Amino acid sequence: MIEVQGLTKHYGAFTAIRDVTFDVAPGQIVGFLGPNGAGKSTTMRILSCFMPASGGTARVAGYDVFSQSMEVRRRIGYLPESVPLYTDMRVAPYLDFVAEVKGVPRATRKRRVAEVMDKCLISDVQYRLISGLSKGYRQRVGLAQAIVNDPHVLILDEPTIGLDPRQITEIRALIKSLAGEHTVILSTHILPEVSMVCSGVIIINKGSVVAQGPIDSLVEAFFPLSRVQVELAAPPDSAREALRGIPGVRDVRDVLTGDGTAAFAVEAARDRDVRGEIFQLAIDQRWRLLELRREGMTLEEVFMKIVAGEEAGEPEPRVPAEPVPAHETTS
Amino acid sequence: MKIWPIMKKELRLYFTTPVAYGVMFFFLLVMGYFFFSIFSFYTMASMQSAMNPQMARDLNPTDSVMRPLFSNMSVILLLLMPLVTMRLFAEERKNGTIELLLTYPVRDGAVLLGKFFAALVLYVVMLVLTLLYPGIVMYFTRLEWGPILTGYVGLLLMGATFIAVGVCISSFFENQIMAGTATFVVLLMFWVIGWSGDAAGGIWKTVLSELSIIEHFDTFAKGIFDTKDIVYYVNFTLLALFIGLKSLETRRWKG
Ligand SMILES: Nc1ncnc2c1ncn2[C@@H]1O[C@H](COP(=O)(O)OP(=O)(O)OP(=O)(O)O)[C@@H](O)[C@H]1O
Ligand SMILES: [Mg+2]
Repeated sequence: MIEVQGLTKHYGAFTAIRDVTFDVAPGQIVGFLGPNGAGKSTTMRILSCFMPASGGTARVAGYDVFSQSMEVRRRIGYLPESVPLYTDMRVAPYLDFVAEVKGVPRATRKRRVAEVMDKCLISDVQYRLISGLSKGYRQRVGLAQAIVNDPHVLILDEPTIGLDPRQITEIRALIKSLAGEHTVILSTHILPEVSMVCSGVIIINKGSVVAQGPIDSLVEAFFPLSRVQVELAAPPDSAREALRGIPGVRDVRDVLTGDGTAAFAVEAARDRDVRGEIFQLAIDQRWRLLELRREGMTLEEVFMKIVAGEEAGEPEPRVPAEPVPAHETTS
Repeated sequence: MKIWPIMKKELRLYFTTPVAYGVMFFFLLVMGYFFFSIFSFYTMASMQSAMNPQMARDLNPTDSVMRPLFSNMSVILLLLMPLVTMRLFAEERKNGTIELLLTYPVRDGAVLLGKFFAALVLYVVMLVLTLLYPGIVMYFTRLEWGPILTGYVGLLLMGATFIAVGVCISSFFENQIMAGTATFVVLLMFWVIGWSGDAAGGIWKTVLSELSIIEHFDTFAKGIFDTKDIVYYVNFTLLALFIGLKSLETRRWKG
């Protein structure tokens, strides 16, 4: 649905994005991540046909964003980062204007506008001036204008910024409900949001894509090991030795050793759950088990590792380049 | 071409904010003052001319009321129209709404024309309101229709040029005041260019006075349709709109 190939954009002498390549399969919700200034908004502006790229190609909904821009624009909904709205207009007339410009037929326009206002929970402010709305409401009006023409592809630049916790949940649910029929690419700095809403991610840093794929396989690629936190009331040295002896354990690192207690991080192969064996070990040795916790590797850690690794100039792990599988959303 | 929705939106913004009413109010106020002084001068002169038959022959309401009124109007419009057009693109660029507008399925040309026609509609409303003045004159005395008609056609053409220049220049600026000022300066230049022609003399005089944006209006005010003048305004308008379109397209490239 979105095919980006070698996309490059120069602002004067400055290169904002360089050779960006990725694919988003139809019906997917993909998170577009990266630190500030990475080039997320720049890429999205090109995808939404606001500005042409300096090099490379991008196809959205099957059409080239440069040479068939009208076809693309008919099929997308775009929410820019700054949520620019006509503040001197009232909500309902504004959405009616957008619907008309986007070619929603006259006969269904009124109903369609009412529908999206319901969906975005802004019916109660429909007669208010946009200038008088709070940031969260404006955000929702922005989202409403993006989906008013029922677009195939949604390009949302930080759609949940400025919303209160309840609204965030509602808007996430709304975005999630769009999966399947719509293809969504959304940028955000809230990483748990990505795990909740998106099936795949694209991580971009300093203008280049550094990782992409389904979240699980990304985490796997960057963290091939699983980690268990253990705290035992035991002599540290013998406890360490015993833990090392458990089959499948690759490494045992000291976290904290003190008066008769010892805390370790035990790393094992990803598909091995060593907690049972550790528990059994404690019983056999008559050590008191104070803590036993399997640590999930989160997208945050992947993100930090990638971005920090880039900064330190470390070689990056190999990343699965396969596109996100179709019709599959992780919760 | 989706000119209509854009035009409707701009008109809505003109008439739901104080812009349109403010401009119309000041326009009518200033024109009312001019009309009042011109008309009372005319009535005084015509009373005196009752005793002086030679003077009476030269005195007719078309030449002594409508022509000066039209030429005053053209100058006031030159001052006022930049205020109408300055917001058209500058405001969108400042607020960033241009980023959304230019990703909707409308051509840049339709956006430009929508804005142009919206300002033109507001301008026509302003012109219609000034029909009050010939109406008052007609109440007191006989007035020829011809010169009034040509005068208004001339005003329409000239105003369209002002608006096209304003829309075009607005697309270059993010700041409305800058856009308005620049429009005013450009229009003023095309007005005073005729005067420098007078000073230059010879071939330059003809060339420069042909370029003058207000000199071409004079023939309309006299009640004459001259193709040359119509062609001048139409071409000027099209040229300004074309430059505006190119400027919009270049803005995109710069992002
Ligand atoms: N119009 C512009 N002119 C010049 N440089 C620009 C322009 N827009 C963006 N940039 C630069 O391009 C780079 C990428 O910007 P972009 O807005 O795409 O980042 P981003 O990933 O969206 O960041 P953020 O997370 O802060 O939104 C930045 O270094 C920015 O300074
Ligand atoms: Mg951004």
